[in-house]
Amino acid sequence: MISLLLILVPLLAAAGAAAWPANRTRPWFLPAAGAVHAALAIGLLIVPPPVAATDWVGFDAVARAILPAVSLLFLLCAAYGVPYLAVRGERGNRVFVTSLLLLLGLMSLALQARHLGLLWIALEGGTLATVPLLHFNRSPRAYEATWKYLLVGGTGIALSLLGTFFLGYASLTDQGGGNLLFSALAAQGPALSPPWVRAGWILLLIGYGTKMGLAPMHSWKPDAYGEAPGMVGALMAGGLTTVAFAGLLRVQQVVALAGDGALAARTWMALGLLSMLLAALFLLGTRHFKRMLAYSSVEHMGILSIGAALGGAGLWAALFHLWANGITKGALFLSAGNMRRAVGDRELDGVTGLAAIVPWSTRLFVAGVFAVTACPPFAPFFSELRILRAAFETGHGLVAAGFLCGLLLAFFGLTRLAFAVADGRPPAALRTVAARLHESPGVLVPPLLLLGLSVWLGLFTPDLLREAWSAAVLSLAPTPP
Amino acid sequence: MSPWLNLLIGLAMGLNLIALASSRLPSLIRSAAVQGLVLGTLPLLLGHGGWMTVLFAVCTVSVKGLLIPALLERALRAAHADREVQPLVGYVPSLLLGAAAMIASVALADALPLRAEHAGSLLVVGAFSTVFSGLLLLIGRAKAIAQVCGYLILENGIYLFGLLLIRATPLIVEAGILLDLTVAIFVIGIIMDRIQREFDTLDTRKLTALRE
Repeated sequence: MISLLLILVPLLAAAGAAAWPANRTRPWFLPAAGAVHAALAIGLLIVPPPVAATDWVGFDAVARAILPAVSLLFLLCAAYGVPYLAVRGERGNRVFVTSLLLLLGLMSLALQARHLGLLWIALEGGTLATVPLLHFNRSPRAYEATWKYLLVGGTGIALSLLGTFFLGYASLTDQGGGNLLFSALAAQGPALSPPWVRAGWILLLIGYGTKMGLAPMHSWKPDAYGEAPGMVGALMAGGLTTVAFAGLLRVQQVVALAGDGALAARTWMALGLLSMLLAALFLLGTRHFKRMLAYSSVEHMGILSIGAALGGAGLWAALFHLWANGITKGALFLSAGNMRRAVGDRELDGVTGLAAIVPWSTRLFVAGVFAVTACPPFAPFFSELRILRAAFETGHGLVAAGFLCGLLLAFFGLTRLAFAVADGRPPAALRTVAARLHESPGVLVPPLLLLGLSVWLGLFTPDLLREAWSAAVLSLAPTPP
Repeated sequence: MSPWLNLLIGLAMGLNLIALASSRLPSLIRSAAVQGLVLGTLPLLLGHGGWMTVLFAVCTVSVKGLLIPALLERALRAAHADREVQPLVGYVPSLLLGAAAMIASVALADALPLRAEHAGSLLVVGAFSTVFSGLLLLIGRAKAIAQVCGYLILENGIYLFGLLLIRATPLIVEAGILLDLTVAIFVIGIIMDRIQREFDTLDTRKLTALRE
C-alpha cells in the first residue's frame, strides 16, 4: 500500500500545484513532494514490502533497485528548481511545476508497473508530461526541439505498443492466455509462441530504445537536451531514460524465459555498442556543451545496454551504473544550466571563457565531466570497471575492446569541449552579464551534493544497495547464462 | 467470425491508399477520420457485446473519428496556410509503396503463426499495412498536420492489432491507451499552434535551426 503512495503523493502534489494561486511560492511544491517521495522510497528500500505475483503495481526487486535513484535525483533537482524558478520569475511556472510532479508520479508508476500494458501507459504519459518542460524557454529552437521529440518519441512509443500487443498475442493459448502481467508471461515461458516473442522483442527494443535514446534512434536527444532547462535535462537523462531501461529489463526476462535470451542479448548489445561508438564520434565533433551532454547520455545508455546484455554480473554492474550515471549526470546538467544562463540568449556554439564569468558552476561542470568520463574516485569509474570485467569473464573480448575504444574517444571529446568552454577569454558582451549574474548557493549546492553522492557511491557503495541490486539480478536472471 | 469484419478492414485498407494519394490536407484528415470511424465499430463485431465493449466502441469512434479530426480541422483553419500536403515522397511512389506494403503484409501475416480463430480474418494483414502506410505518411510528408495524420493512421494500425487481444486483455488497458492517444494529440496540437506562431508556417522543412 505504501508503494502506491510513491505514485499518489506526486500526483496529488501536481493537482495542488495546478490549483495554487501564487507564482512565487508554487515551486516549493517540488522539494516538498520530492522529500516525501525520497523518504518513502528509502524507507521501502530498507524494508521492502511484500508483492503478490498478481499485483499490477508493486515495489518489487526491480523497482527497489532503481526507484530510489530516480527519487534522490528528483529531490536534488527540485531543490535546484526553487532558486531556478525564482530567477525565471517573469515566466508563469504553473505548467512547469505541475508537469514535473506529474512526471515524477508517472515515472514511479512505470518503475513499479508489473503489467506490460500499464508500463506502456505510464511511459507514454511520462513522455507527454515532459513536453511542456522542454519548451519552457519558449524560443523557436525550443519548439523545434519539442516537435522533433514528439514525432520521434511518439513513433517509438507507438512501435513499443505494437510490440506489447505482439507479446500478448504470443501468450494466447487454447485455454485463454493473453495476460500481460510480467509474472504471467514469465510463467508461460517456453509456451509463448517464439516468432511473436522475437518480433515483439525487436519492436519493444526499438520503441523503448527510442525512449532511452539508443543509437540510431537517438536523434531527438541532442535537440531536446540542448534546448531544455538544465534540471529537465537532468531528470530526463537520469530519470525517464532509466525508466525505459527498467521496462526493457523486465521484457528481456520474459524473452529469455521464452527461450530467446541469446537473441535478446545479442541485439541489445549491438545497439549498445553502436550507441557508444556513434556517440563518441559525435562527441569529438560537437561545439555545443549542452548537446555534448546529450551525446554523453547516448553513450551511457549504450553502457547500460551492454551491461544488461552480459548476464548476471553485467546486469548487477548495469544497475550500479544506472545509479552512478543518473547522479553524476544530474550534477553535470545542473551546473551546465547555470552556465547556459550566463551566456543568455546567445548561440552556445563555440562559447569560451565561462570560468571567468561563472567560476563555481564551471568548476563543478569540469569535475562532473571527469566524473562522467569514468575518472576515479567517482562512481562511474567503478561501475564501468565492473561491466568491463563482466565482459571479459563472459568471453566477450571484442565487446570489451569496443567498449574501451568508445570510452577513450568519449573522454577526448568531452574533456576537449569542457576545457574549451571553461578556458579562454570571455567575449566582452558576456562580461556585462557577469556583473549582473550572481551564483547563489541555491543553484550550486544541489550539483555539489550530487557530485559528493557520486564519490560516496563509488568509494563506499552501501551494502544495502549492493543487496538490492543482487536481489534484482536474482529476480531478473535466476539462472546466470 | 462476422463477414462484416473483413469488409470493414478492407475498407480501412482502401482508406490507407486514399490517404497516401491525398494531395490536400482536408481530404487527408477526412480519410484518417473515416478510418477511425470504421475501426471504432469493430469491437462490436469482435467483443462479447457487453456494455463495456459498447462504451469502448463509442469512445473510440468519438475520439478517433470525430474529436481528433475536428481538432485538426481547427488547426488547419487557424493556420491559414495553403492546403497542399507538400510531399517529400511523391503521390505515385507513395501509392506504389502503399500497395507493396499491402502485399508484404500478406506475406508477413502468412509467415507468422496465427491462431486458428484468426486465420481467416484480415485483422493482421490490415494492421500491418495500416502501420506501414502511417509510417510512410509520417516520413513522406512535410506539413505538420499531415505528419499528425500519419501518426493517427499508424495508431489505427496498432489498434487494429490490439483487437486480436480484445477478449484477453481487460478493457481498462485499452481505455488507458485511448486516453494517452487523445492527450498526445492535444499536446501535439498545442505545439503545432506555437510553431505556427513562431515560424509562421507548419512546413517542418523550415525547422532546421538545430543540427550538428
